[in-house]
Order: sequence, then structure tokens, then C-alpha cells
Amino acid sequence: MNIAVCAKSVPTSSVVITIDPDTQRVVRDGVSHELDPAAECALEVGLQLVEQHGGSVTVISMGKASAADDIRKALAMGAERAIHICDDALAGSDTLATAKALAAAIKKESFDLVICTTEATDTYSGLVPGQVAELLGFAPLTFAREIALEGRTATIHRQTEDGYQVVHAELPALVTVMSGINEPRYPSLKGIMGAKRKEVLRYTAADLGLPATEVGAAGARERVLEIAPAPSRAQGRIVTDEGDGGVLIADFLASLKVI
Amino acid sequence: MPTLWVYAEVRGDQLTPLTLEMLTCAAEIGRAEVLLFGPAPADAVATLGAYGAAKVYRCADAVFADYLVLPAAELLASLMAQHQPDAVLFGTTYLGRDLASTLSARLDCGALTDVAGLATTPDGFEATIPAVGGSYQNRATLVNPGTKLMLVRPKSFEARQRGGSAEVDEVAAPVSEELRRIHVTETVAQKAEGPSLEDATIVVSGGRGLKDGANYHLVRDLAELLGGAPGATRAIVDAGWVPYSLQVGQTGKTVKPTVYIACGISGAIQHLAGMKGSKTVIAINTDADAPIFKDADFGVVGDLFKVLPQLIEEVRKRK
Repeated sequence: MNIAVCAKSVPTSSVVITIDPDTQRVVRDGVSHELDPAAECALEVGLQLVEQHGGSVTVISMGKASAADDIRKALAMGAERAIHICDDALAGSDTLATAKALAAAIKKESFDLVICTTEATDTYSGLVPGQVAELLGFAPLTFAREIALEGRTATIHRQTEDGYQVVHAELPALVTVMSGINEPRYPSLKGIMGAKRKEVLRYTAADLGLPATEVGAAGARERVLEIAPAPSRAQGRIVTDEGDGGVLIADFLASLKVI
Repeated sequence: MPTLWVYAEVRGDQLTPLTLEMLTCAAEIGRAEVLLFGPAPADAVATLGAYGAAKVYRCADAVFADYLVLPAAELLASLMAQHQPDAVLFGTTYLGRDLASTLSARLDCGALTDVAGLATTPDGFEATIPAVGGSYQNRATLVNPGTKLMLVRPKSFEARQRGGSAEVDEVAAPVSEELRRIHVTETVAQKAEGPSLEDATIVVSGGRGLKDGANYHLVRDLAELLGGAPGATRAIVDAGWVPYSLQVGQTGKTVKPTVYIACGISGAIQHLAGMKGSKTVIAINTDADAPIFKDADFGVVGDLFKVLPQLIEEVRKRK
């Protein structure tokens, strides 16, 4: 079982994400980053499947050179090797350009299964996995809460608005997993030491056969015309509980005629 | 006048509210046409006409319910090639995201997500998109030639009947075996009691401040007392305290109740994205610096294990 897991380096959860009004992109310089916790869940799924069925996990990440540390963490958790797509020409890529780069890297090898999180924890667009599946011709098995493999058949429990569906498809497939479907393992000391010697393959856009006109800001179909802070709410009344907090909220609800 | 297509979704034998919201938006700025694939209620076409659809491309085949994504994407792509609509609107739903992402890669055209406002311009469309949990507002457009794909945010447009009726174009289902690769073998609905999260006028949500799943009953009790629905943050859904169907946020449900009560919720972007449209927000949190207080009309900095039981008691007394 040859599994690719897509993982992204994202601003750490304590960071208040800001947008640079000039570049219209998320400010990443000088902001601490981490391996996307949602992608860790995808990686955990991959590692467990390999433990059950054999094979190996390759982690694939597109991002700045500084993402190397987070890629190292994925290797320390148990991925066998990594592919880092890193090129200034890719900065400002929209979802489809990102998907093209990931799909081109995946196509260079022979994977049975690609696992992604349903959406990255920074921009939450959630389009890239479906685009990658289509570009590869892999069956998209999306919004999985549970995944099982039997021979060449992948079966998932797919989240729906009011429950779930049992869905299956033959490999090769691309599965997107809901964050939190498992508890990702911590890297062991042995894993951390071993990760230093693991292979990290680096690709540029040119290595992937992607012309500069198709990727990065130049190739983006999605254009932001303007970005502005949203009008904020008028400052509400904030009180410190002095033993009557519940009563005060009840008073407020009564003033709204809710009770 | 541009032609906008709306991909209709049916849930529980009814067109979803989001379908009618998108249709209202489309009919206001252009000619609205609807794609109605798969099983649908008998009055669906009449309803769509009343909400502004000039035409409905109808294919009642069960293949769309039994096999995900590929049959619908195939039929949509061939209808798009034939009729060249200016835009196709999908709901920000599980199915909508699957279809929009698949088509954007197939047609090499990109897509806009989370569209909350839409206007026509001389060269296409301009969308308003709340970004970073609604703390920013984008104006964005698609510059690809041909049809523009957009995912529309729930509760961004008010569904309005305009009167009228739709012409029906019966279209044939694609038959290729190759499209029947993603097979649905079972559908399980997990019904909750009380009003649904999306429809409730009062929502009481809990976050990590509850400390343990066993304490979620405080949230549930208050919601029930107020005749509202309980909700949750992604953090406590991920922790397994409550089911996914209760999640309010970017990934979960978008709610717009009259009153939103956030208990032990810090106000992560992911969560704010799902509840920022609430009319009145009340927050309880131990941390006075929690971002949720910036969006609160009334906030109590305090221990929710003291504040919530007292509030529940007060509401009981005054009812």
C-alpha cells in the first residue's frame, strides 16, 4: 500500500491570522507555524493503514522553505519520506494551481491512496483535495469519519448534514478525513532521531512541468480585488462575574423578550 | 443579462433553504436556471418557478443518489458545454464542495468559496466573501474565460418568492459504468430532538471551557429551557464530546439565530465563521481577553460552572 498524505504548514492556533493589505495574502513571515493539526489526523490515518496493511506513507507538502521543520515532524511521526514542493514562483497560487502542483508531484510516482484533511486550518477553502482527485483521476471519497481497506476496496463513513453515509470505491482513491477523527500520535524520541536521516525530495514548479503562467499569482483565476477589515460590532457590555453573572444574563435575555 | 445556474439540493423530501436562497440571488441579478438531479419532491419544479427559476434541467434518475460526484459532474459538464451559462452556484455543503472542486479541475477554471454577496460587472461577477472568520471582507472575482463556479454561504441571501413558473427540460442521465465508482450503500440519519441547529432562533453552544464532555449537559439544558438548539465548537467535536452534526463553524453549520449564547468558547476563526451573523451574541468565558468578547453584545467574564447553573435556575424561575 503506497500512501501519500498531503500536509500543510499553517500559523499556530494561538496566532491571530492577519492579511497583508498590499499582497492580499495571509501574513506568514515572522509568524510561528506548525504542522496543520487537521493534516496530522490525515497522517495518523495513513500510518494506521500502513500498520494494518503494509506499505509506506510519503508526506507531500507545498510551502516555503521554513515548512521544512513541520515536514520533519511528519517524518518523526512515522512517514517514510517526504516531498517538499518549494518555489517562490508558487507564492500566491490559488486552489487550482496548488492542486496542480500536488497532483503533478503525486503523478511522478505510483500511489494507491492519497489522504488529505477536508480543509486546511488556515484558509478553510476545502477545494484542493477534490481538485487533486480529479486531476489524478482518483475516486474522491470525501468527509470521512471512518476508513477501512479490504483488498483494493476503500470504505468510508462519509459525514452528511444529519448523519452519515457508507460509501465505497476501488483504489486508487483520494480520501479526505474530518479533523479529530483520531488522536494523532506524538513523535517518539527514536522517531525524531530517525527523521533527520529520512529522504526529503524537493521539487520546483519547473521540476513538476508547471509553466510560470499557470501557477503563483500570475496563474490565479481567483482574484481578490480588495480586502478590508469587516465593520466590527459596536462594543458590547462586558461584566466580570461577582456572583450574579447568571442573573445578569437572565436580565439581558428578559430585555430581549426571550424569557 | 447573465444566465446563472443553481445546483439544487434536496434533503428530507424538501428543497433545502440554501437552494432557494441561491435561486433568489440568481434571479435578482440575471436569468436563473436550476439543475435538479436525482429524486425530488413532486412540487419541486413549481417551488423553483415560484422562487424565480425560468428553467429547470431535470433528471430524476436515482444514479445521483446512489453514486456520488461523478455522474452529476459529468451531466453538469456536458450541459455547461452545450449551454454556456455565465455562472453556476453551488451551496457550501458536502455535495456542493465535491462538485465545485471536481468541475473546477476538469474545466480548468478555479472557483470562489464562501460567497456571501454577488453582483454583476461588465466582465463578469464580483463576490463579497467574509474571510478569516469574518474579520475581513474580500471583494473577489474569477478571471477565467467561460463559466464561473461559486460556492454560496448559507443564510447570506433571503429566499423570496417572486411568482412565476419554470419551463422543464428533461435531460438524460449519463450511463457510463466508469461514473459509478463511488457507491453509496447505506444512509444513516442521526435525528436530534428539538429545533434543528440551522432553524433555531436561539442557539446555546459549548466549547473547550466545559473541560469535559460530561459537562455538556449544561449547554443542552439551557438550550432546551429556552426552546433553542445546542451547538458546539470544532474543538469539542474533535475531542469526541458531541457529534459532528452539532458543530457550528466554517466546516460545520452556519447559524444566524436571534440569540447566540457562547459558553466557554474563545472565539477561534473557524467558529466565528459559523455564527458571526447572529443578531445578538452573549458570551461567558474565564478569559477577559478571549476574542469572542469582541463580538459579544453582552459578556460575562467568569467561571461558567458558576454562571451557567445560576442562569439555568433564573430562567426556570422566570418562565
